[in-house]
Amino acid sequence: MADTQSTTPPSEPTADRASTGSETPTGRRRGFGQRRKARIDALAETVSDAGRIDDKPGKSLIASAWDRLRRNPVFLLGATITTLFIVIAAISPWIAPHDPAARLLIDKVSQTTNPVPGPEPGFPLGADNVGRDLFSRLLVGSRQTLIVGVMATLFGLLGGLILGTLAGAFGGWVDSLVMRAVDVMLSLPSLLLAFSIAAMAARPSQWTVIIAIAIVEIPIFARLLRGSMLAQRSSDHVLAARALGVKPGAIVFRHMLPNSLGPVIVQSTLVLATAIIDAAALSFLGLGNPDDRKPEWGQMLGQSQQYLADHPHLAFYPAACIIVVALGFTLMGESLREALDPKSRR
Amino acid sequence: MLRFIIRRLLQMVGVVLVLSLLLFMWLRNLPGGPVSAMLGERATPETRAALEKALGMDQPIWVQYWKFISRAVRGDFGPSSAVLPGRDAFQIFLDRFPATIELSALAITIAIVLGIPLGYIAARRAGSLVDNASVIWSLIGVAVPVFFLAFLLKYVFAIRLHWLPVSGRQSTDLDATRITGFFILDGILTREWDAAWDAFLHLILPAMALATIPFAVIFRITRAAVLDVLDEDYVRTAESKGLLTRTIRSRHVLRNAMLPVVTTIGLQIGGLLAGAVLTEKVFALGGIGDTLAMAFERRDFAVLQVLILAATIIFVVVNLLVDIAYAVIDPRVRTR
Repeated sequence: MADTQSTTPPSEPTADRASTGSETPTGRRRGFGQRRKARIDALAETVSDAGRIDDKPGKSLIASAWDRLRRNPVFLLGATITTLFIVIAAISPWIAPHDPAARLLIDKVSQTTNPVPGPEPGFPLGADNVGRDLFSRLLVGSRQTLIVGVMATLFGLLGGLILGTLAGAFGGWVDSLVMRAVDVMLSLPSLLLAFSIAAMAARPSQWTVIIAIAIVEIPIFARLLRGSMLAQRSSDHVLAARALGVKPGAIVFRHMLPNSLGPVIVQSTLVLATAIIDAAALSFLGLGNPDDRKPEWGQMLGQSQQYLADHPHLAFYPAACIIVVALGFTLMGESLREALDPKSRR
Repeated sequence: MLRFIIRRLLQMVGVVLVLSLLLFMWLRNLPGGPVSAMLGERATPETRAALEKALGMDQPIWVQYWKFISRAVRGDFGPSSAVLPGRDAFQIFLDRFPATIELSALAITIAIVLGIPLGYIAARRAGSLVDNASVIWSLIGVAVPVFFLAFLLKYVFAIRLHWLPVSGRQSTDLDATRITGFFILDGILTREWDAAWDAFLHLILPAMALATIPFAVIFRITRAAVLDVLDEDYVRTAESKGLLTRTIRSRHVLRNAMLPVVTTIGLQIGGLLAGAVLTEKVFALGGIGDTLAMAFERRDFAVLQVLILAATIIFVVVNLLVDIAYAVIDPRVRTR
C-alpha cells in the first residue's frame, strides 16, 4: 500500500488470483505417474511464477505474501484483534465475574425511577434492564457472537463450495443452471433476503439466524469459486493434466479446487464480519434469537433500542464490541487479499 | 444496442417470474400462514376450512399461483391486517414509497459525491495521508452496523445537540400542502419553502446513516479501479504525448475506471432498500422501509407481499438500467 510509483511493469494477465495456493497437492502416484506429476507441477509453478514480479527467486507466493504480511501493520492489527476475540470467546465463561443470566441486581431495577442500574462495586458497567451484569454479558456474548459468525460463514462456504465446484468443474448446462439460481438469489438485496428467510421460522432461535445468514452467503462464495475454477479450467497446468490423461475427478479435486480456494478463504474472513453485523440487524428487527440467557452482541444491541434516549450505554458497549471485531476481521481479510493478489504487488 | 436491451428485458421478466414463484411459496410457508394470522387464537377446524375456502386455498396450487400473479399485476393484494388494519396494502405502498425514494436518492447522492472524488484522489496519491485516512474511514464504515450508526447520529445530533429533528418526515405543525407525496418537491412546487426545508432537515441524519456503506464501497471500488487504470500503457502514452492532466483524467482514466463503479452503484442502489428498513425504523420515517420492518414484526402478509415484490422489482429494474448504462459506456459489453 505504501509505494506510489507507477513505473512497475504491468503485471502478467495470466497471473490470475486463482493461483494463490501455489503448492499443488502432493498426490501419491507410482511409476511414470511420478514424472507426470513433476511435469504438471512444473507447469503449475510457471503459472504462479508469472505473479512473481520483484521477489527473490525460489520463494512461493505464500511465503512472499507472509513476508509482506508480517511487516504490514494493518494485518497485524487485524490479526491481533481477531486472536484476542477468539481467545476471549473461548475462555469467557471462566473469566466472567458473574453468571450472565443471573438477575443479580433485579432489586435495584425500578421501571419508573431506575430502569437500568448503573455501575457499582463488582459490576463495572452496571446491569441491564433486568439486573444482569453487563460486563459479564459482554464477555460471554463474544462466544455466541463467534459461534453465529463462524457457523453462518461455514455453512455459506459449504453451500457455495458445492455449487461453485459443480458450475466450475462441469461448465456447460450445469454451469448455466447453477449460475441462474445464483443470479436469482442475487437479484434480491441480501439483507432483505436474510430478513425474509428468518421470518419463515416459527420459533426464531440462534440456528434460524445462522441459517438465514448462511443462505445469503452461498451465492457470494459460489460465484467467486466458479470464477476461479473457470480460470483454472483453461489454465496450462489443467490442460496439461488433461492431455496426460489424469482422470477428470482428480483434475477437479487435486488441481482445480485447491488452486481456487485461496480467494474463497480470504473472502470468508470478510464475510464473517458481515455475518456478525447481519445477525445484529436481524435481532434489531425482532427476527433474532429471543432467548437471551446466552447473550450475543447483536442481540444485546438489538434489544437495547428502547433505552437509547436515556441509557445509550446499553447500545454502545455491544456495538463497540461488534465494530472492533468486524473491523478486525475486515482488516485481516483485506490485507490477506492484497498480499495474495499478484496484481497488487506494486 | 436494441437487441441487447431486448435480451436483457426478457431475462429480467424471467427472473421476476421465478422470484414471484419463490415469493408465493414463501408466503405459503410462513409460520401460521395467513389463515392463522387472520383468525388468531380462536381458530377451529371449521372456521379454518371456511376461511381457506374463502381465500381460495382449497384449490390446486397452480390455480392459486395464477390467481396470485393476476392479482399482483392488478395491484390487488388485499387489505393490510396489522400495519394499518383495513387499508389496501398496495395503497399503503404507494403512500409510503416517496419517503423511501427521497431518502435513498439523498443517500446515494451523498455516497457518489463523496465516494468518487475521494476514491480518485486517494488513488492518485496512493500511500499518502489522505489515502490512508480515507481507506481507514471506509473500512470503519463497513464495520459499523447501519442501524447503530443511525442510533448514534440520532443520539448525538438530535437528542443531545437538538440540531436536527429526532424522527418523522416533517414537523406536524407546519400543515404543508401535499401534491406528489414527495415532501421536498411539494414544498418547492407550492413555494412553501419552510416545508421543503423542514422535510430536508428530517432527511439529513437518516441519509447520512444510509450512505455510509454505499460510500465506503463506491470509494474503494473507485480507488482500486483508478489505481488499475493509472498503470495502463495508454495512460503512460497519454502522459508522454504531453496531454493535459485534465484530459487524461476525464478521457483516459475516469472513463475506463468508471466501468466497475457504475456496476457497484447499481448494486448499492438496490441494497439501499435493506439498509432503509433499518434506518427508517430508527428514525420512524414512515417510508416502505419501516413499514416493512413493522410488517415483519406483526406478520402483516398483505403488506409483506407488496413490499417484497416491489423491492425485488425495483432491484431488478435498477440492475437492468445499470447494465444498459454499462453498455452505453463500454461498447464491448454489447457484443457479449
